[in-house]
Amino acid sequence: MSNAARHPEIVLPEPDLERELRRRSRRDFLVAGLAAIGGIGAYEWIRSAADQDNAPWPQRGVLDFNGKLSHGYLSDSHLMPTFPPERIGYLKTNGDIGLTSSFDANNWQLQVKYDQNAPAFALHLSDITSLPRVEMITRFCCIEGWSVVTSWAGARFSDFTRRFFPAGQKLPPYVYMATPDENYYVGLDLKSAMHPQTLLAYEHNGRPLQPEHGAPLRLVIPVKYGIKNIKRIGLIQYARERPGDYWAEEGYDWFAGL
Amino acid sequence: MHKLKLKHLTAIRWFHWINFPLLCLMIWSGILIYWAYPVYHIGPLRFFPKWLFAALGVPFRLAEGMALHFFFMWFFVINGVLYVAYTLISGEWRYLVPRSWSAFRDAWQVVLHDLHLRKEAPPQDKYNAAQQIVYFAIIVMGAGSVLTGLAIYKPAQLAWLAALFGGYPMARLIHFVLTIGYVAFFIMHVAQVILAGWNNFRSMIIGWELVKDNE
Repeated sequence: MSNAARHPEIVLPEPDLERELRRRSRRDFLVAGLAAIGGIGAYEWIRSAADQDNAPWPQRGVLDFNGKLSHGYLSDSHLMPTFPPERIGYLKTNGDIGLTSSFDANNWQLQVKYDQNAPAFALHLSDITSLPRVEMITRFCCIEGWSVVTSWAGARFSDFTRRFFPAGQKLPPYVYMATPDENYYVGLDLKSAMHPQTLLAYEHNGRPLQPEHGAPLRLVIPVKYGIKNIKRIGLIQYARERPGDYWAEEGYDWFAGL
Repeated sequence: MHKLKLKHLTAIRWFHWINFPLLCLMIWSGILIYWAYPVYHIGPLRFFPKWLFAALGVPFRLAEGMALHFFFMWFFVINGVLYVAYTLISGEWRYLVPRSWSAFRDAWQVVLHDLHLRKEAPPQDKYNAAQQIVYFAIIVMGAGSVLTGLAIYKPAQLAWLAALFGGYPMARLIHFVLTIGYVAFFIMHVAQVILAGWNNFRSMIIGWELVKDNE
């Protein structure tokens, strides 16, 4: 279509032209007003809909939908970039939920459950350190927006699972981890947990993990925001149902994937 | 003698007016997110000093901001993609894309004219050269916002995209600067619309503009 055809003209005697303009204005300003009211109404509805884990359910639904899309695209070959040691920065500690209860690192044990109803069994740090050691320098991304390049050493969660999950049994789709006092807990999809960069870390920047960074064992999962990188793991539980998650229950995205 | 001329096609008007509140919501929810790590500044001048955050009621709404941002991003992107597709298919893009480098010279003349430093404005079609450049730039910026947004949303899954923008922190900075660009555009745009007058504004609602009939 030509420009002129898309932009027609109306030529009328002056009084008729005036009337035509008024008629069109009346109609379209009415439509515009109704559309504005409709838009504001839709926005108010979206904002005031019943909460689901502290987010109105339409927004929670879209967060979960985004998470599903992201989960579908997630692949073991999509890696968080790695860096040379000179890029390492200072990782501040951000939150001590789950770390304030009295705790004796020397008597620490890791409780593991194959299923919510399965009996727990205990592992020691030597069980983790005997797995293949992986060193990694990646970017740690906080959900607040800051990030820092930092180095870790530990065992891949996938190696941990292959070693300790019963062979031949089907892996459930989720993993739940909690601090010993269960004041802090994260829910993970299995695919992210089994990602090759997901570590059960016991060293940070070349030194044994400090207490404020989650000694003796923490999760380092660069494909998720920092909130999922739980410190001082006391319990690892494979789960059939999507597990609870501390920050997801405060209104954040459950998937929180990067 | 006057006549009515259809200036803005119906679809274009809808895209424009749907985009406006969506962009406002993206910026507002973006501010809620930015509050959690508000580090950008020019010299001693911080973007969003504490008192301004407080005055706007921004603090401690990060979760809400993210939920809103990642909800409305879909509508913002879909509307933007449909708009670009429509301008391409309909042929309206011809009004919007600067045709040659002379557009920049003409745009300068338009600026001088608008500042009353030059009597004559250069000849123009639907949009003058300055409008063409700015409106076209806004579309490119929109694409930039979506791409930098994706880069900081999924820096592991889309590591190549984050790398393209110079890495994760740089992509976040570009995402922010583009937003400042929209705000600057908005102020200029509204000022120009006010100066252009009612007939021009009305044409963005009803599509038709009253023009002098020279024939």
